Amino acid sequence: MKDWKKLLPGIILVVVFALLMVLRSVGLIGLYWAKVLDLSLVITISATGLSLIYGFTGQFSLGHAAFYGIGAYTAGFVTKTLGSDPWWFAIALLAGAATAGLIGLLIGMPILRLRSDYLGIATLGFGIIVKVLLDNTDKLAPALGGSRGMLGIPQVSTFTWIFWLAVGTVLLARNLILSSHGRALTSVREDEIASDLMGIDTTRFKTLAFVMGCSFAGLAGGLYAHLYPFLHPTSFDFLKSLDVLLVVVLGGLGSLTGTVVTAIGWVFLLEWLRAVLPGDFLEFRGVIYALVLVIVMIVRPQGLLGGKEFSLNRFFGGKGGSGSTRGGNQRASA
Amino acid sequence: MPLLECKEVCRYFGGLKAVNNFNLTLDHGELVGLIGPNGAGKTTCFNVITGIFPPTMGKVIFDGKDMAGIPPYKVTQTGIARTFQNIRLFKEMTALDNVRVTMHPRAGYGLLDSLLRLPNFGKGEATMTKRAEALLERMGLLSRRDAKAGSLPYGEQRRLEIARALAASPKLLLLDEPAAGMNPSEVGSLVAMIKGIKQDFNLTVLLIEHQMGLVNNVCERLVVLDFGETIAAGTPSEIQTNPRVLEAYLGKAVAG
Amino acid sequence: MTQLLDQLLNGLQLGFVYALIALGYTMVYGIVRLINFAHGDVFMVGAFLGYFGFGVWGLPWPVAILISMVGCALLGVTIERLAYRPLRDKGAPRIAALITAIGVSLFLEYFASLKFVFGPNFRVVTRPFADKQWMLGGVAISNVQVLIIGVVAVILAVLLFIVYRTKMGKAMRAVSYDQDAARLMGINVNQVITFTFAIGSALAAVAGVLFAIAYPQIFPFMGIMPGLKAFTAAVLGGIGNIPGAVLGALIMGQAEVLTAGYLTTNYRDAIAFSILILVLLVKPAGLLGKAGPEKV
Repeated sequence: MKDWKKLLPGIILVVVFALLMVLRSVGLIGLYWAKVLDLSLVITISATGLSLIYGFTGQFSLGHAAFYGIGAYTAGFVTKTLGSDPWWFAIALLAGAATAGLIGLLIGMPILRLRSDYLGIATLGFGIIVKVLLDNTDKLAPALGGSRGMLGIPQVSTFTWIFWLAVGTVLLARNLILSSHGRALTSVREDEIASDLMGIDTTRFKTLAFVMGCSFAGLAGGLYAHLYPFLHPTSFDFLKSLDVLLVVVLGGLGSLTGTVVTAIGWVFLLEWLRAVLPGDFLEFRGVIYALVLVIVMIVRPQGLLGGKEFSLNRFFGGKGGSGSTRGGNQRASA
Repeated sequence: MPLLECKEVCRYFGGLKAVNNFNLTLDHGELVGLIGPNGAGKTTCFNVITGIFPPTMGKVIFDGKDMAGIPPYKVTQTGIARTFQNIRLFKEMTALDNVRVTMHPRAGYGLLDSLLRLPNFGKGEATMTKRAEALLERMGLLSRRDAKAGSLPYGEQRRLEIARALAASPKLLLLDEPAAGMNPSEVGSLVAMIKGIKQDFNLTVLLIEHQMGLVNNVCERLVVLDFGETIAAGTPSEIQTNPRVLEAYLGKAVAG
Repeated sequence: MTQLLDQLLNGLQLGFVYALIALGYTMVYGIVRLINFAHGDVFMVGAFLGYFGFGVWGLPWPVAILISMVGCALLGVTIERLAYRPLRDKGAPRIAALITAIGVSLFLEYFASLKFVFGPNFRVVTRPFADKQWMLGGVAISNVQVLIIGVVAVILAVLLFIVYRTKMGKAMRAVSYDQDAARLMGINVNQVITFTFAIGSALAAVAGVLFAIAYPQIFPFMGIMPGLKAFTAAVLGGIGNIPGAVLGALIMGQAEVLTAGYLTTNYRDAIAFSILILVLLVKPAGLLGKAGPEKV
């Protein structure tokens, strides 16, 4: 009986996947919106990473797009120069994630000991430095394109890859959060000094969250690079870091569900605005985006789902409970 | 061998001598009180003992080990746990989670087990949860296990902080003003509780406190600080009549 | 050698402009612990108002500056009232105010880009006076540079006077140390905050007009980079510290110009922020700031 319940999330995901695949191949989801769906899932991966870093561990990072960009360029370079079959693609994605994670480790070691506001600015500065470097990549290797952008990356990011990688990263994040390690991370966010004094190596945990979060961003970047015909440094500037920060904050800090829902919703909202606004008013898109942001923050500062998670247990009328002592904390699952 | 030895511990902040020449020896099983007017340096002593500040001069020796240079989280793992003057619970986390955080070093499973939900994870979680629930029950908080720590009433928050500290399986428990904000009847329960946990968990306790009702009923002996200096040490009855202590608390005219 | 001196002067010029913007950031942060992301866009509005003043309406440039100052002060106060105060009153977490500031910033940028407002294109600004140069010990100093240095010096003096010699200034300092205590002492905290925003915005306006005169191209998104750089200048000098903001800005300006002049314009932004990161790692409270220890 209990085993059935455990398999349920997996079953639902497979069904959803199959359904979406069918809708896409039959044409009920047109090419345009299919691409939007792809992008929304890619952003979800990146946002999940920032959620780990900021939502759960409280490390205010304003340079997330830098790691997204590092992953994108690394992965794109691999497939562009070495090959585009699925094996190379997998290696490319891995390389992108690993490079982003490694650089996250290198930059994180010195700067993670900075206090919140200062960490924000340091990561902001780092993000700008990376953007400048991306603009000058052609000096490193002509194939990288520099400020003109990188062309010729094989467009091999299929829905299958994106969907299951998104599921995988959210699952990993969820497993981390709902564990002793996750509690340690959250305790760092809540009160770093108290956490230290409760036996938690706060430096190690901040670094863990940061490296994992940056790797997720790198993975997302790798997928993004293979979604469109070319890659341009302006896609990885400060505004992009803001974008993903907005998603995490609006979704509610400390809520993985909030992050996922908001990431997908946000991308669709922006595209819907583009579709719905008549030609003349297209330029109002930015204004509306900004107004929505300000209004939501004023009216509901804790975000949509601040601290709350969706739980299949609760959904089916069970107690939102942690009554069970077996198999870990069931307060929030799926 | 004494459990804790503070030998001529000094902590200066620039020109300010927050703690000067602090000496203390705690044997296993003792319950000692650190008292003195506000600003006397009592919490600074705690901060030095727990590794937040290194001593400007002097040594802290715990369980025979020189604690110089050991970071706070390692100090805790070595067996010293504490509560705080201004409650520092993890407000957005549940009571149960607050307690389970401190158990992390003894979780019994690693990062990979968490990420991939390997068998050690389930076992470790079950054990931790059981232990945490037992601690909560001991402190009368089991019914609050799923409540956010920040939403608990003040007295329960104080008890939760103690439960959280106990979760570290400490040998030495430092309590910083555990009775702050409590009325006399609450203090009475606190006295019983402190005595109880000291016995049940085989603890040595050092506590900072202002409320004489608690101090006199619970401490075996006292150390009195004023402006960073130790001005008296002895049993509660000795301290109560010590003129220097009276002067420190009440002012010269009253004592004289 | 003269080239170096030229570059130093250019750095001074840029640094002083950044200083005006940085002052607004540092004062607001000192008072309400908010990184006012919208500040860079107030600078942008100031530049446009100045451009309209002397460029389109043909007013003498000092008048244009005054109009810009008044306009931006009003803008800054309005933003504070509509966007930040509700959050303060609610006791919302600081990140909410930060995100709102970002939202306001984006709003100003996109709104200004609308065709019926300023429009998204670059506009070229014709200087309201003829270029003139003087030789000072072998170095050419332009009237624009003299203007900037002069105006900023005067404004700085006035600002220091206000902050250290007036009742309002005292109130500002009190609120920045301890808002609750200040309130208990009878200070109208809201009024002080409003005043701070007004002054900061007015300074940004002057910076905008001077910038438009010195680097004659304006566009709705022009505030982003100078805003970020001025903000990092404020942090560099010690956030909340007025002389620090000026010092930080001078350093940032100088570093940027020297990099562009001697290395390559490509990396100037990177160098500026590398300096910032270095300072934060070595002395996080900033050059003139004091690190407050957290009470345990």
